[in-house]
This record gives sequence, C-alpha cells and structure tokens, in this order.
Amino acid sequence: MPREVGRQYKEILKKYIDSQSEEDLYVGQQFSRRFIEKQIAPEDVISIHKTALLELLPDLQEEVWDSMDFLIEMMIHYGLTLREHQSLIRKQEVMQMEMNVATQVQGTLLKTSTPNVKGLDVGWVSQPAHQMNGDYVYFLNENQHVASVAVADVMGKGIPAALCMSMIKFGMDGLEQGDTDPRAVLDVINRIVEKSVDNSMFISMFYGKYDGCSSTFSYSSAGHEPALYYHAASGTFMELDAKGLLLGIKTDVVYEEHTVEMQEGDFIAMMTDGVTETRTEEGFIEIGEIQQLLKDVRDQSAQKMAEHLYNELAGLQEYRLGDDFTIVIFKKDPEEV
Amino acid sequence: MSYRSSVDIYTEWDIVAARQMGRNEAKKTGFGTVDQARITTAISELARNIYLYAGKGKIEIERISENGFFGIKIIASDEGPGISDLRKVMEDGYSTSGGLGAGMPGVKRLMDDFKVVSEPGVGTTITAKKWLH
Repeated sequence: MPREVGRQYKEILKKYIDSQSEEDLYVGQQFSRRFIEKQIAPEDVISIHKTALLELLPDLQEEVWDSMDFLIEMMIHYGLTLREHQSLIRKQEVMQMEMNVATQVQGTLLKTSTPNVKGLDVGWVSQPAHQMNGDYVYFLNENQHVASVAVADVMGKGIPAALCMSMIKFGMDGLEQGDTDPRAVLDVINRIVEKSVDNSMFISMFYGKYDGCSSTFSYSSAGHEPALYYHAASGTFMELDAKGLLLGIKTDVVYEEHTVEMQEGDFIAMMTDGVTETRTEEGFIEIGEIQQLLKDVRDQSAQKMAEHLYNELAGLQEYRLGDDFTIVIFKKDPEEV
Repeated sequence: MSYRSSVDIYTEWDIVAARQMGRNEAKKTGFGTVDQARITTAISELARNIYLYAGKGKIEIERISENGFFGIKIIASDEGPGISDLRKVMEDGYSTSGGLGAGMPGVKRLMDDFKVVSEPGVGTTITAKKWLH
C-alpha cells in the first residue's frame, strides 16, 4: 500500500515541480490526508518524498540526499510523539465511557425513596455540578410515623467524592435495625468513615428525624450547614445548628442533638453549601434571599418549594452550578392535623 | 551461526558508538534508511537509560534469522537498580528519561518485538527485535 501512495505522491510532486501552481498545492493538501488516514509516520513521508525526488531528479547534489537522511532522523521522535498522542486519545475515550457507566452505577446505588409519613410533606432536589454528585441524600422511613433524612456533602467533587458516598450509603443501610437517633447515627457513620477514609477527605452531614406522634424534629450535625426552620405562626426563620466535628477526623466525637416541635405550616430546609454559597455576579447570595424565596412559596408542596429554590438559584448562576446543589424540605402538612 | 557485537556503556560517547554499531548492522541486514533511523533511535534510548540510571552496562547487537526472515536483535543489559514498576514504565506519558526521551513505549513502537526482564537491586535486561518486511 505505501508503494501505491508513493507512486501517487510522485505524480503530484512532479506536477508541482513543473508548474508550481496553486491548484497542485491544493491537490497536495488533499493528498496529505491520505498519509494521515493510512497512519503513515512523518519519517516515512520524508522517505516517500526522497524516493520520489530520486526518480524525478536523480542528478541533484549528493548533499541534498544526505540532508534528507538527516531530516528522517529528525522526524523519528515526532512520529513517536504522534503515536503516543493517538494512544492517549484512545485511552481517554475509554475513560470517558467508564465514567458514563460509573455515573449510572452511582445513580442506581444512591437511589433513595421519599418517605411517606402522615402529616409530613417531603420534597427534595439534588443536582451535581459535574457528572458525578458529591452531595448525598438518604431517607429512612422507620415506620408510618417516623422519617429520617441524612444530607451529606463530601468536600471535593467527582470520582473520589462518589466513591466516598457509596461507603456512607452502606453505613446507612446497616442502620435500619439499630438506633436511629441523630447523635447515635452520626456516631456510627463517623466511626465507619474514620476507619475507611484518608485524612484528606472531609465529609459533613446533617441528620434529622421527624416523629409524627409527637410532631418533633430532632437533629444532629457533623460540621454541616445549619438547617433553616420556618415558624409559621410568627413568620420568622431560625437556624438549626448543632455542634459536632466533620466526619472521619476523630473517633471520639460527641455530637449534640436538639429537638424542635413543629406546628402546622412549619417547615425545615436542609441544604448543602452548594445552596448557601450560590455565587452571583455580586458575590455570594445572602441567606435572607434564600429565606425569602422559600417563604414566597410556603403554601405550595414541599417538592414544589425545593424545585422553586433550585430553579431560582440555578437561574441566578445561568444554570452553570459552581457546586453540587442539594435541598431537602420537611414540611408539616396543615391539612393532616 | 550468529555473530554478536557489543559496546560497553560508561560515558555519553559510548552511546554514539552503540548507535554507530547498530546502524552499520542494520544497513548490513538490509534495512532502509527509515528503519535504520528507527533501530538507531531505539539503541540510543536504551543506551541512554543505561548511562542515566544504571551508570554502566552494555549494548549487544545481533543479526538474526528465523523461518527465512532476517532481522536484528538488540540486547541492553545492566546491573543497575532495576525497574520496580514495569507497568508504569510501559505506560504512555510516563517517560523515565524525561524531556527528549521516548521512554520504553517509544522503544517498543520503534521495534517489532520487545521484552524486559528486571529485578530491583539486580539489574535490567531488555531484548528488542526488528524484522525486515
């Protein structure tokens, strides 16, 4: 096959040497694609050129042929670099495919179903900034009166965060038979994370548990964003925060646990810093703006509220999220009481 | 009956000597200019690795024939530190000699057949062959 390419190259070269027209150069440029298609290395191109020239103008000075041999020598590394690039591009394609599969696996693995508790309306949105999500929402529906939620944020994004996430998920799955009080849960998850993750990985988590029998919401936090509690009777917000170190740093952490009693129309919004640190052209968004956005739609369902907040904040960033975005809303349903 | 020539690698000049020997043998075997350049570059890279990482070693060149095919065999051996992670060294983008070095994947591409035997603390032997097509 290279012989055929060499023959054609010689013809084109001859035409050009005879007339030096732009048309011949155009034909030559088209022909150069054949070299690339057939993966002919740069050093071989020069060799083809030399062979053609030897046949067309055999009487050139000896120095010309020597210089061609020198040029061939010069091109060997170019040829190698080219082949290395081609192989790296193929590798990258394989990695992209693996990444797509991993995203699907993550989606399946981290699937959680919204709890169903009388008198409690639950809504949530979790959107990754990139392909894989570093935020995590996990619901536990202990019985018809009790629903819990864990909202976690692995600092850093992408694959390392995603791997970390699956570990938390298995920790949470193991809880179903055990003690599901917030401080006990954080204590268990903290031990698991501490054992399995190196110190460069930081995970914050908010854990809340709603008990429909007493209409109470108890919560603990491992260095996570405070939740927002809306008190319908007074029309005001309060921050729900509890002291506790990020997960995985030390084993003997004592997590605080607090409880609030929810009245009808009250709601609690649990978020990750992708929400509170929404960046607009003027800088970070004020927490007051988030409160107002939620208050505006407080009469809608919890799901609509979460979506409303996401749409508004994503819109402010022109739908290019700077960080993974997660919000979970627990709202005490007025009709059910 | 095979004839084997050899160059000891101690200094950078020995790399040039190894190249020269390789080119002569490649020419005698019947390789064209481009393949001569490829074989010489492979020898150059192997000799340079010996010079930079093992301090001393040798390059041997042998003209070979098998089932009616003729070719050339390069053996680069040293008693240097050895290669602890062969997989890593054979990866694209990981070039041990840095800068201009084509690295092991480059040498492999320049030749038709490539084998590394290496033991940390004992040394490395690389055998590469190229056949006349």
